[in-house]
Amino acid sequence: MKDFGFTISKGRSLDLDNLQQDRVDKLLELVPSYKLCIGCGGCTASCSAAGFTDFNIRRIHTSFLRARYDDLDKQLQKCMLCGKCTLVCPRGVNTRALIINMRRILAGVDSVTVNEEKGVVL
Amino acid sequence: MSKFSIFIIPFCIGVLFLLVISVWKYWRWIKGFDKLQRAIIRKNIFTWRFLPAIWEAFREGLLHWRITKKNLLLGYMHRSLAFGWFLLIVVGAVQASLGYPDGHPLWIAIFYNYFEIEASPVDFRHAVFFANLMDGLLLYVLSGLFLAMFKKVWSRPLGMKRTTRHTLTDRVAKLSLWCIFPFRLLSEAVTSAIHGNGGFLVKWLGGVFESIGLADPALEYTCWMLYSIALGTFFCIMPFSRYMHIFTEVFLIYFRQLGVHDSDKKTGYTMFELSACSRCGICIDGCPLNRQLAITNVQGVYMLQSIRNLELQRNAEPIAENCLMCDRCVADCPVNLDLSIIRRQVRIKNKVAIDNKGGYEYLRNIHPFNSIGRVAYFGGCMSHLTPGITRSMEAIFNAVGQKYWFMDKDETICCGRPLLQQGFEHQAFELRRKNTEMIVNSKATMLITSCPICYQSFKKEYKLSIPVMHHTEYINMLISNGQLKLRKDDRKVTYHDPCELGRGCGIYDEPRNVLSATTTLLKTKEEREKSLCCGFNLGNPLLDIEQQTKIRDAARDNLLAPNPDTIVTACPMCKKAFTRAEDIPVKDIAEIVAGNIINP
Ligand code: SF4
Ligand code: SF4
Ligand code: SF4
Ligand code: SF4
Repeated sequence: MKDFGFTISKGRSLDLDNLQQDRVDKLLELVPSYKLCIGCGGCTASCSAAGFTDFNIRRIHTSFLRARYDDLDKQLQKCMLCGKCTLVCPRGVNTRALIINMRRILAGVDSVTVNEEKGVVL
Repeated sequence: MSKFSIFIIPFCIGVLFLLVISVWKYWRWIKGFDKLQRAIIRKNIFTWRFLPAIWEAFREGLLHWRITKKNLLLGYMHRSLAFGWFLLIVVGAVQASLGYPDGHPLWIAIFYNYFEIEASPVDFRHAVFFANLMDGLLLYVLSGLFLAMFKKVWSRPLGMKRTTRHTLTDRVAKLSLWCIFPFRLLSEAVTSAIHGNGGFLVKWLGGVFESIGLADPALEYTCWMLYSIALGTFFCIMPFSRYMHIFTEVFLIYFRQLGVHDSDKKTGYTMFELSACSRCGICIDGCPLNRQLAITNVQGVYMLQSIRNLELQRNAEPIAENCLMCDRCVADCPVNLDLSIIRRQVRIKNKVAIDNKGGYEYLRNIHPFNSIGRVAYFGGCMSHLTPGITRSMEAIFNAVGQKYWFMDKDETICCGRPLLQQGFEHQAFELRRKNTEMIVNSKATMLITSCPICYQSFKKEYKLSIPVMHHTEYINMLISNGQLKLRKDDRKVTYHDPCELGRGCGIYDEPRNVLSATTTLLKTKEEREKSLCCGFNLGNPLLDIEQQTKIRDAARDNLLAPNPDTIVTACPMCKKAFTRAEDIPVKDIAEIVAGNIINP
């Protein structure tokens, strides 16, 4: 990064040079409903895991889009897949699929794809 | 005269091949049983359990009772082919041993009408009766064959909207099977045209053949040869085709009666299940993905195919993922295969890379509440989105003076089943361990839960030593032992069976008893085992909200058809799903009950 002579705390900076666009594209392809997210935070407010820790599902999906990969997988592992977030989301975002697929993408394993008419793409 | 002719060779090769391959396959599979399965077999093998197994194998393998209950004609088709052929073999063997009291080679029974003339056996007392009986049986099998051909063109009258798309091997196997019986009739008729033997059917057709000049020894030989080739081909292809289910189902029934069940990993027992599927396709029609979304390539039959068939194995993962885990196919399958467990095995295998112990250290900070003399109440994550349910349960506990500990009142830990359903077995285990520790340390005497998913989990996946009840069971118990007094109002309601409670745990009567005590319960068209999934359950991670809504709407229409005032269910998730439709009031059983308490 270019040094402009002033400091930014590392925790608050976003380094978009790190962004792996293919990861984002893949996620949007696997979970198209993610495009509908308005960042309302309903998922976070209802989250079971958030009742115990600072686990914040909305922040996680923003982090993923903003190249903050550092402890993302560790955060995602706190999710219990209970599905409350999916049920409350006003935009119909499939948040559980988002979490599972983010973990798969971060771990570099292939995921399944769907096609509305045919079910699974074979 | 000779008891041998060249044409028996294809048949004999087929039988030998089938025998060797089957023994080899079964031997390998049995060796593949896991430790627990072996222990169960060792424990139960010298008990009387083989008796019910014989009865079930007869009833299902030959009479096809479960299929008959679904559709008479379809049952007749399967029965005439299976039982009819079985009888042809047995009666044929008796006939041969009566005709050749000094013994005879195996094939005589199969090609009896040919050798009867060639090798002139003794004319035993009931020879004519046997000839007629064999003809009757052949006619019986042929009638089933005719129905099978008819089903290929038009399957509706046999109760099936969709039939299975078969692989090439299965189609070749079917073709050779279909050839066997017409060839047998032809061969016997030509022999009869020359020698005048056979029963009513063969004699009649032989007469016709004779009158048109077909009484020709060369033709006779050719026909018997074709019959033998059809048999040989079928036997050679059988171990690699759907027809392996004929033998495998018998083994599976026996193992099941011994108490063996499938585990979370693919075992030899799974191989028996894979091979016991007859690819009948009965699992396709009921599946909500097929009915509402026209997704027709993921149902039980295709899922098993994708695991079994090496070329199709790359499809196993996408197929296994696309399923609601609603168990409708499990309820429909006439072989009672553990389809959801097998599907879960695939999911677990595909999550190995990302399934670890999870980041659940945070659970360390929750502690149980000393609950000696209390019951533990576990609302479940979803019940926290429908607080009416938990409030009602608290009101019911208070009305009967039952002390309770609301385990997940403020801090909701999941039961672990949603993780397990998606294949995260290790993460699910961590949650189970925490919950078990809490329940055991609390010393509560009973566990009551409001969510059928949690209920199934606590009941089947946990190993708790205290009784576990769903709140419908608990309320029903309170009513029948007189602790809870309810008034009956004039509401008309329909009841939705949640998948996990009904098909999952077999709880159908308790909720109905409770509702009959408080309201007027109307019947719906598809209920109990046939109940429709609400579409919002946690099984399928791939569906989007429009697809879920379509599935929900079908279930809702079924519930609205009898014109109720209220829809009642017993699952927070189903309740949410139907509430979203905003048609009429939707209540949980606990809410109905809490509103009608007249306890002093
Ligand atoms: S509730 Fe839905 S729309 Fe709101 S932040 Fe979460 S995912 Fe996005
Ligand atoms: S599924 Fe995961 S992220 Fe969603 S509410 Fe449950 S624990 Fe939170
Ligand atoms: S899974 Fe069951 S219902 Fe489906 S094709 Fe196989 S045997 Fe038939
Ligand atoms: S469990 Fe339900 S959704 Fe899955 S294949 Fe069976 S019927 Fe279809």
